[in-house]
Amino acid sequence: MSDIIIAIISTIGALSIFFAALGILRMPDFYLRLSVTVKASTLGVGLLLLCAAIIFPDISVTTKAIAIIFFLFITSPIAAHMIGRASYFSNTPLWKGTIIDELEGMYNKKTHKLESDPEKADSPKGPEEDNIADTEEETK
Amino acid sequence: MTLEIYFDYFILPLLTLSIILVFFRLLKGPHVVDRVVALDLIITIGIGIITVFTIRSNQKVLLDVAIILALIAFLGTVAFSYYIEKRNDE
Repeated sequence: MSDIIIAIISTIGALSIFFAALGILRMPDFYLRLSVTVKASTLGVGLLLLCAAIIFPDISVTTKAIAIIFFLFITSPIAAHMIGRASYFSNTPLWKGTIIDELEGMYNKKTHKLESDPEKADSPKGPEEDNIADTEEETK
Repeated sequence: MTLEIYFDYFILPLLTLSIILVFFRLLKGPHVVDRVVALDLIITIGIGIITVFTIRSNQKVLLDVAIILALIAFLGTVAFSYYIEKRNDE
């Protein structure tokens, strides 16, 4: 019985890691790649660690596995947010098909603060110099 | 089919294939942030591979390595993003 549960959990985990890897290769844009990768890989590794916690009848392995899951769930969103913010500041282009970029003009480029009013942010931008890529090749 | 055969012939090859796919992105990535995310994902999949290997070889000690790798991946990504943000100011 527990073999079947372990097989199901590990299959879901390995498949979601595989979809994360496929997504980071195939998605058209850095931000879409980031969004696919972080969630799916955290879920996959968490499920594989859960398998290890179920298989070993030992309290030390269970503690370690739960500690790693907890640590991953805390740190990976923080890391993803920081790298996404850094990439937005370094003008990484968005995908060509992006309809709206709601953050545009909201960041103060000097102090790196987020304002709710674009007037206060004081980073004037013409309509032609937005972050959205013109061709598919820029973000590929 | 036992669980051992299933782990050896399905789970581990799938994880290895995922690492190869992410490695293409690490080589290709048009910007430096793509490479940072690919490196982070490679380390995360590495934690998964260590876990499966722990199950298969019955060596519980190997899970300590997974803890250290999780720490290093987080610190690496945070340091990279900090310096990318700083570099942009100059």
